[in-house]
Amino acid sequence: MDLVENAVAIDVTTERHLMERARTGDREAFGELVAQHMRRAYYAALGFLGSHDDALDLSQEAFARAFRAHRKLDPERPFYPWLYQILRRLCFNAHRDRRTRQARLAEAAHWLAQEAADRAATTDPQRQAERAELREQIEAAIEQLPAHERETLVLREFEGLRYREIADLLGIPIGTVMSRLYSARKALARQLGEER
Amino acid sequence: MTSPHVHPDERARQLMMGALDNELSRQEQAELSQLLAGDAVLETEWTQLQRVKEVTQGMALQQPPHEVWDGYWTGVYRRLERGIGWILLSLGAVIVISWGAWEGVQELLRDVETPTMVKIGILAVIVGVVVLFISVVREKLIVRQNDPYKDVIR
Repeated sequence: MDLVENAVAIDVTTERHLMERARTGDREAFGELVAQHMRRAYYAALGFLGSHDDALDLSQEAFARAFRAHRKLDPERPFYPWLYQILRRLCFNAHRDRRTRQARLAEAAHWLAQEAADRAATTDPQRQAERAELREQIEAAIEQLPAHERETLVLREFEGLRYREIADLLGIPIGTVMSRLYSARKALARQLGEER
Repeated sequence: MTSPHVHPDERARQLMMGALDNELSRQEQAELSQLLAGDAVLETEWTQLQRVKEVTQGMALQQPPHEVWDGYWTGVYRRLERGIGWILLSLGAVIVISWGAWEGVQELLRDVETPTMVKIGILAVIVGVVVLFISVVREKLIVRQNDPYKDVIR
């Protein structure tokens, strides 16, 4: 669609203008907001749930719910943190629904990819196989983390947010961000240690 | 980064996290080095955490096919349309079923051949369905809106 093809980074003023229009129910303006934030929302959900289908489903649902609540849009505040609150609630609920989740995960393809630079640097088949095995271990270990720890780890490692940004997004103190990261990394260290 | 006035173990953990994620000041970096130099257990833990960081740093989320982005807004739009569709369908169904029930009750009351007990039974079923329906709608529309814990993720 044109919206997607034309997606470029927009400044605060443009986003505010789009939000003002979307607030009145303007779907075209909302569509532009979707085009701007869909990738970030999708990847946030993917890191959280580990399944492409779930990530697509829930991120789209979050946008749909956001539009249904368009009267609550506050153009004075950035759009994504507001959307993220809707998205994370959906993700937590899906995460809680273990039965559906496990069934989907069993069918899901890998959700982690190794960095392209890593792949290019490694042509040795044995080394590549080791890396693939390590990726599987990491995927499995992250999937076993408690939801809040997983969320914090994903925001830090895959979204690259600073502690202050994570704390603001989740509405928690920086100390809690670090505690969650510590617990998550300790759990990963245990998993990797056990399987080596 | 954070206040140094926390439990020493917690402080060491915070410093290690900050160091892994490049969030430490020089002073904090020096504080961590000092802690590590004086504690072999902490140093082992630090090595393990560095290894984890090294591994997770080399990973990225799998990219979906490009077509996903092309059809993304269409997917959102379809959901919005379906939402309106469901509202209209539900509203229409409520009106038609209510009208049908009302006509049916009138017909039933006029019918002299149906035993009284059966009439009472049918009326009880209808009233029961109406009460359940109102209760569910009330919960969805009123109670949930006023629930002070509705935004709490349990």
